[in-house]
Amino acid sequence: MEEQFEKIEIRKPENIVYKKTDLLVDRPLSYCPGCGHGTVHRMLMEVLEEMNIYEKTIGVSPVGCSVLAYDFLNIDMIGAAHGRAPAVATAVKRLWPDHFVFTYQGDGDLAAIGTAETIHACNRGENFTIIFINNGIYGMTGGQMAPTTLPGMRSSTSPYGRDVPTMGHPLKITELVAQLPGVHFVTRQAVHTPGNVRKTKKALRKAFELQKENKGVAFVEVVSNCNSGWKMTPVQANKWMEEHMFPFYPLGDIKVDGKLVEKKEMVDKE
Amino acid sequence: MGELRLMKGNEAIAEAAIRAGCDGYFGYPITPQSEVMEYLMAEKPFERTGMVVLQAESETASINMVYGGAGTGKMVMTSSSSPGISLMQEGISYMAGAELPGLIVNVVRGGPGLGTIQPSQADYFQAVKGGGHGDYHMLVLAPASVQEMCDHVKLGFDLAFKYRTPVMILSDGAIGQMMEKVVLFDQIPRRTDEQIIEQCPWASNGRPASRDHHIITSLDLDPAGQERVNLKLQAKYKTMEENETRYEEINCEDAEYIFVAFGLAARICQKATDLARAKGIKVGLFRPITLFPFPAQEVAFIGNRVKGILVVEMNAGQMIEDVKLSVGCRVKIEHYGRFGGIIPSPDEVVRALEKQIIGG
Amino acid sequence: MTEEIIIAGFGGQGVLSMGKILAYSGVMQNKEVSWMPSYGPEMRGGTANVTVIISDERISSPTINAFDTAIILNQQSMDKFEKTVKPGGLMIYDPNGITRHPERKDINIYAIEAADEASKLGLAKVFNMIVLGGFLKLKPLIAPEFLHKGLEKSLPARHHKLIPENEKAVEIGKGLLKPIQVLN
Repeated sequence: MEEQFEKIEIRKPENIVYKKTDLLVDRPLSYCPGCGHGTVHRMLMEVLEEMNIYEKTIGVSPVGCSVLAYDFLNIDMIGAAHGRAPAVATAVKRLWPDHFVFTYQGDGDLAAIGTAETIHACNRGENFTIIFINNGIYGMTGGQMAPTTLPGMRSSTSPYGRDVPTMGHPLKITELVAQLPGVHFVTRQAVHTPGNVRKTKKALRKAFELQKENKGVAFVEVVSNCNSGWKMTPVQANKWMEEHMFPFYPLGDIKVDGKLVEKKEMVDKE
Repeated sequence: MGELRLMKGNEAIAEAAIRAGCDGYFGYPITPQSEVMEYLMAEKPFERTGMVVLQAESETASINMVYGGAGTGKMVMTSSSSPGISLMQEGISYMAGAELPGLIVNVVRGGPGLGTIQPSQADYFQAVKGGGHGDYHMLVLAPASVQEMCDHVKLGFDLAFKYRTPVMILSDGAIGQMMEKVVLFDQIPRRTDEQIIEQCPWASNGRPASRDHHIITSLDLDPAGQERVNLKLQAKYKTMEENETRYEEINCEDAEYIFVAFGLAARICQKATDLARAKGIKVGLFRPITLFPFPAQEVAFIGNRVKGILVVEMNAGQMIEDVKLSVGCRVKIEHYGRFGGIIPSPDEVVRALEKQIIGG
Repeated sequence: MTEEIIIAGFGGQGVLSMGKILAYSGVMQNKEVSWMPSYGPEMRGGTANVTVIISDERISSPTINAFDTAIILNQQSMDKFEKTVKPGGLMIYDPNGITRHPERKDINIYAIEAADEASKLGLAKVFNMIVLGGFLKLKPLIAPEFLHKGLEKSLPARHHKLIPENEKAVEIGKGLLKPIQVLN
């Protein structure tokens, strides 16, 4: 039967419509199916490739689900202790000022244990990019309550829902750092639809372009899902994210060119 | 001969860092070591050599800045005093695990807790036994003079890079605050980025298309892999024990008794040696300069020739454990210590020798 | 030769800087020196003291509890350090503010009314140098040319114009000693 078909080599440059960037290592990602990390990894590496700056880029990975980001990103990386990525990146950028430096952090890392490092690096106006993945939960350790967990939201350490009077409010750290004079660009994006992916990539590109101008911190939050932690299918999780996360963490630019964006413009028009 | 100056120990640390070609200092104020960063800021090494000096938001941030800088192959350091060093233990453990070179200066004050701001040697265990989590050691140098504060900065950086390990200078508030004559070594140029890339082929400082990416981490989720990391570290510590023990012997040739002491306590014992000899007591001083690796063979060799050993420390008895492990139980070994920031006087040390060793 | 000195008084009297100038002059004269201050909150308005050791040999302990010379500038320091002078040793004190004068019979004691003299001459800033002059008169460890170099090294360049005034104060101090008790 096989002989009836003529073998045609279709892997020709003119036929390529999409190719994984070489800046992603050729190995399967360790993230759960439907997780946003893989998409952000890809956008990030595509930006470095398109800007052709990967040889001069040093990334700092966190503790959390993306602790192994350095296994997937084919650039020089430093794995930081939990929450300390902004301190690590501060030294790296100051000692290699002509290099591009970024941190890649989750909500527990950036907004709980690393709050001091985050606030002070932002306030000093360090010239690096902070990529903040906010899924409202500690994914790696098994779905515990995070600083960004919504009121009433269930987690393994708030099994009856986050009770604000006893467990405190969710922390809008992104709005908080936007107030600091050392921060030049703050935006909140998502990667659950093709349109949002394109916008996130654009925001990342802008953040790295700004490093050339030494204008201070560029802070890109990506509101993402955690199917495993939220105990949902990927489809349910994306729907839940739109219905619950986005109203509390509205998408859009928060600070542009060092100026806070007026609130009504912040609402995503798409 | 290099430049001659009268300097505080803390100032000597700072000036030596600039002259050693240090690329970055990251610190947080704490008594009794704040002069290190004060001196650096006043001296503007960013203009002299291009060295970065940054006041961080905490000791936790400081040590992680050191971790980051070291991860790129740069020559970086921090300094603090006991409570601040406790906060740094996390970062030091990560540096040991990721095999990063770096210099940490501890100008020790009395503890526990907030303790006191007066000099102490109560952080010996923390410095030589690990301090943070996991099986690791730092290489620990114990200066006993302002001159050694200066010299140990250069030595510390050399050893840190030779073994890819964090190195601690374990000083104390007295040596940090006192002034003595120092002969400063000449300025060593900072390495260029190209030299760093060549000399540190493990560092993460930007991946050229021609090589694989570098990863600085202390994580290996595979237990077999993590055991290999540990075995490598232990082999490194063994090599350090074989090659890097440093010590000083004073008046030991004819000694019937010896003091074993490091840092400021050794200076006091040196005076006590003179006082005791004036009374006809043949006593000498053995001073470990490296506390890890501990000069075990050397102290055992001399310890087994004498009638008794008095270990004098400004703590409740910490180094005495290493002396006992080294010498064994054939010789009487006792401890004399003052704590909480009290510095023992030379004559009380002589009395302790007479009472605990000679008379006891 | 080894001279072990304690200088003690109020913070702000220039106790630490007197010790530093003495020590730096010793360095310039190729001596071994150590300068060990009391430090911490007590310095802020309270008492301050510094141990200075000048020697021809390597200095062992920088902290000691018996001194060849005690230079005492307030009552608290008198109470604390009178007993630490070695038998046959020297005490120099400024009687200004002293309510209980020294009682030791086995040491040499000189008074130096440096505070009075400094305010009379409008030289309050170099009060400590007057005291140092008294000490150097009795223990001429440092030759004048090395004292000059010590001042140059100790004072920041912007204060170098004050060096002649400092040296003048040292000379004044040399003539201001009053023997209280001199052992044979």
